[in-house]
Amino acid sequence: MCLAIPAKVLSISGVNAKVDFGGNIIREVDVSLVNVKVGDYVLVHAGYAIQVLSKEEAEETLRLWKEILTLL
Amino acid sequence: METQLKFRDPNLTKEVLKYIKNLAPNYEVKFCHVCGTHEWVITHYGIRSLLPEKIDVIAGPGCPVCIVPAKEIDEAIWIALNKATVLTFGDMVRVPGSKISLLQAKASGGKVKIVYSVKDAVKIAKQNPNEEFVFFAVGFETTAPSTALEITRDPPKNLSFLISHRLIPPVMELLLGIGDLHIDGFIAPGHVSTIIGLKPYEIFPKVYRMPTVIAGFEPLDVLFALLTLLKQVSHKEARLENEYSRSVKWEGNLKAQKLINEVFEVTDGIWRGLGKVPNSALKLKEKFSYLDARLKYEIKIESSRDLLPGCCCHLVIIGKIKPPECPLFMKTCTPQTPKGSCMVSSEGTCAIWAKYGAAKI
Ligand code: SF4
Ligand code: SF4
Repeated sequence: MCLAIPAKVLSISGVNAKVDFGGNIIREVDVSLVNVKVGDYVLVHAGYAIQVLSKEEAEETLRLWKEILTLL
Repeated sequence: METQLKFRDPNLTKEVLKYIKNLAPNYEVKFCHVCGTHEWVITHYGIRSLLPEKIDVIAGPGCPVCIVPAKEIDEAIWIALNKATVLTFGDMVRVPGSKISLLQAKASGGKVKIVYSVKDAVKIAKQNPNEEFVFFAVGFETTAPSTALEITRDPPKNLSFLISHRLIPPVMELLLGIGDLHIDGFIAPGHVSTIIGLKPYEIFPKVYRMPTVIAGFEPLDVLFALLTLLKQVSHKEARLENEYSRSVKWEGNLKAQKLINEVFEVTDGIWRGLGKVPNSALKLKEKFSYLDARLKYEIKIESSRDLLPGCCCHLVIIGKIKPPECPLFMKTCTPQTPKGSCMVSSEGTCAIWAKYGAAKI
């Protein structure tokens, strides 16, 4: 029920945005819960974007993981 | 995000598993997650079978469909049979109430309709102004903000809400009070944390000395969370760590929290098979009580019953047993004929184990 899926924001009009889930799946979602701009990745849960996903943080996580492993 | 692909890097996975093996103690260690999606990742990728013998991961009450008590499903069924069309998420219609499910109620003339979001419920009510509708609002902190948002948007007069939202940190606290469960660390749920942030988890390391790590939903996220927990256990530390910082900020999603606080107040809640959990549910604040289906309709239900004979959902939900230990598992209880709630939702522990097989008991 509460699977949340990342999607890319294609366009925004008012509270709604067109997002691309990949594999040709394009849907309209409500973006009132986040501050978002075209090109951002959002986490979508039951028709609402609940967070903007940070690409920098994602890359930083991977970098940190590799570092942790070399320190262990 | 192509970065996402790197979260599946097989070499990195091997590395992490190697370190997990090196860190594994010679006594039993049990980590608990509270998220249906985590159970899916762990079982789908066979993570339990990759872990050293002494390390176990158990599934707590992390599926919002599984934990709705029979009483609240009975309320929805009563409304569907007597007063209004019940609109709710797909999984909810198959969950057994005390006697029947919403789907079975529909077969005997009840009005039930599946929606994908609360927005759809609003749309349907607007399109049919002469009919009465009730949105059966279930879900954890992840779903509550969207219900709250639509409530602040002045929904149509013919739509009311049967609120059954639940909160995760209070039930985690309850798990720690269960005598012989002996949890050594928590994997905290990624999406719930995306909304509530880190603060509500601070009591676990501080008050209960319980290592707690917030994790995302790639197999490597879960493995790294396990590695981090093991490190804390082996150093006899208890800290709160955020492994899922690409989505979870310290303060969480403030807009979503503000909406929840504006619309709801916290109250005690019944969880299926667990009974009353203090401060674990949301109810509408007084100024929105005109939208409360429980007040709008005089719902008449008899006594309710959470577990059908033989069903062990109450033990599965707290990770006391794994699904194959239930005598009904894959015998009379299957995904096609669920006897208990855990077999219904795609995030229910029994349904996941039915689909992907028992990786490690
Ligand atoms: S709502 Fe949260 S806890 Fe429940 S399955 Fe989704 S992510 Fe997991
Ligand atoms: S197998 Fe069925 S009856 Fe047994 S615990 Fe799971 S859902 Fe309940």
